Amino acid sequence: MTTSIQNIQAMYAFIERNANLVKRYWGWELVWMIYSIANSLSVSFIGLGMEALTGQEAAIDGSFLVLYLVIGTLVWRYLTTIFYWITEVISIERWEGTIEYTLMAPIRRGVHMAGQTIFATVYGLIFTGVVLIATTLIFDLDLSTANIGGGIVMLIAGSLSFIGISIMVSILPLLFPERGEQMTHIVIAILLLVSGVYYPIEVLPNILQKLGVVSPATYVLNGVREALLDGTATVHLWQYIWPVLIMGVILIPAGLWVFSLAERYAKRNGKLARNG
Amino acid sequence: MKKSNKQNGTTKKVTTQPGTKVERSVKKMDKNAIVVNQVYKKFSKPKAAFTWLIELFKKNTKDDASLNGNGAKEPKEDRKAPTVAVDRVSFTVKEGEIFGVLGPNGSGKSTLIRLMATLLLPDDGSITIMGHDPVKDPITVQQLINRVSVEASFFKKLSPMENLIYGARLYGMNGKEIRKRVVDILTRLGLEKRNIFNPMEEMSRGMQQKVAIARALLSRPRVLLLDEPTTGLDPVSKREVQAVVRELQEQDNTTILLTTHDMNEAEILCDRVAILHKGKLIALDTPEALKQLAPRSNGHLPSLEDVFIHLTGDKLKEEQKEDLEAAQALVKAFAKENEAKEKTTAPAPELN
Repeated sequence: MTTSIQNIQAMYAFIERNANLVKRYWGWELVWMIYSIANSLSVSFIGLGMEALTGQEAAIDGSFLVLYLVIGTLVWRYLTTIFYWITEVISIERWEGTIEYTLMAPIRRGVHMAGQTIFATVYGLIFTGVVLIATTLIFDLDLSTANIGGGIVMLIAGSLSFIGISIMVSILPLLFPERGEQMTHIVIAILLLVSGVYYPIEVLPNILQKLGVVSPATYVLNGVREALLDGTATVHLWQYIWPVLIMGVILIPAGLWVFSLAERYAKRNGKLARNG
Repeated sequence: MKKSNKQNGTTKKVTTQPGTKVERSVKKMDKNAIVVNQVYKKFSKPKAAFTWLIELFKKNTKDDASLNGNGAKEPKEDRKAPTVAVDRVSFTVKEGEIFGVLGPNGSGKSTLIRLMATLLLPDDGSITIMGHDPVKDPITVQQLINRVSVEASFFKKLSPMENLIYGARLYGMNGKEIRKRVVDILTRLGLEKRNIFNPMEEMSRGMQQKVAIARALLSRPRVLLLDEPTTGLDPVSKREVQAVVRELQEQDNTTILLTTHDMNEAEILCDRVAILHKGKLIALDTPEALKQLAPRSNGHLPSLEDVFIHLTGDKLKEEQKEDLEAAQALVKAFAKENEAKEKTTAPAPELN
């Protein structure tokens, strides 16, 4: 069997395994789905709440605000889904006790991560799609002028850079078996703060705005909002697409390299077998 | 038939019957499958959070010492000293051989297996598996080996079929081929067909261990590392697993490295047995030759268990003696301290 077919088989092993896990843990999936929908709706209702709170229905465009927030919650849900599926590549296996069997299999770490990433992206799209459907049933969203295709292109381009960040962050559970998983939440919390998920980054203090410039989520959110709110043509989204593509091209190989160093460290210090 | 067996500079005459495992192995074994050369592995103790702050505080308050039995100060045992798990161990395993590694808990057996399985990197020395170095060429080694550990590690919600398909795909096998082999191997190991599709968490420990063995056999490894594979199995399951191990050697010429606490298992399965104690190799020979190392009791040839206790028990006794002496010294020191306190404290007033 050629190496490329073996690599495809191995990649598919992770996709199939994760799909089986989702199927077997369907109860958890349902809970997570309900939580995500409720969360998305709660944030989006702030748009309508602003009208009622200020009493300035004429000055505040509630529908625009709702769509602005819906886009924020959906893009963020998609990016965090990818983030957690990748960063949990080690913690899931350590929890189940299978980590040594996966890491002693004759596969390159790039193939391992590719399988995990493909699943994360497909799962993220389906999950976010369901949240979107539930949101549109509640809110009367006007997408008549939206460039939905452009929004999807922006989302997929942004996935690459997020995949790179996620691979880098996934070393934390490898290096710190007891606390590594909790550390990953810090990274996502900072990205949420500085990327303008629910507000334009211009409202942030200077130092946080500078951090926002290096967060790929900032570009993804700006691009998707322009496509859906203003109907900006895909070609004009290039200003947001190229920075996230460059980030992806740099961060994915860098992430794999950092992961290989961390794996070596874990094997040197016997950190694979320990349960966190 | 007489066979001269030379290990660790000692030569022993071992009598074997035609068709026994020793004769069988002599015929098959000519190439080295595993070479372990002066392997050394130590682990540092994990540091608690803010250790540096605690240490700084300690240095500024009192000296890090305690009283010995004579009241003199002696340094405390360095609790952060690394644990030497494998200490300059060397041996070779021939292709097609069943090689046993015996040792008490914490003797370094599992560490040795993890080093061979590319899950740990040695601090010194080298290992080769079929001529390949697990450190320099891990992928090639991983293609040649598989491992069964004492704990059957699986995705508990997934069925044996789902778990084994996942494992086999990582070794480049396709779905159709796997499904048939999974059913074949699991039924051969005595697992009922209906259990193959139920979640692992609904299975007994013994059944889970059989699935773990099936996972290792699926990839048809040339070197199989079995880390206490029959621990926790009932006698019937144990025999079924042992039969599979023997079959693997006889039919596929698989090299098997087996760690076990079961001396009887080592005796009936292994061509040669190494005994590890505190990370050091203290004996290596055929089970028959090892039995010559312990004294005969009532004219009977000692069992492998007698040899094991004879070799590791003496060392344990020495350690226990040291512990006892340390405890006695501590009691003496406390007694002295109490005596001194009683002298300086006034008698308590009576309440009536």
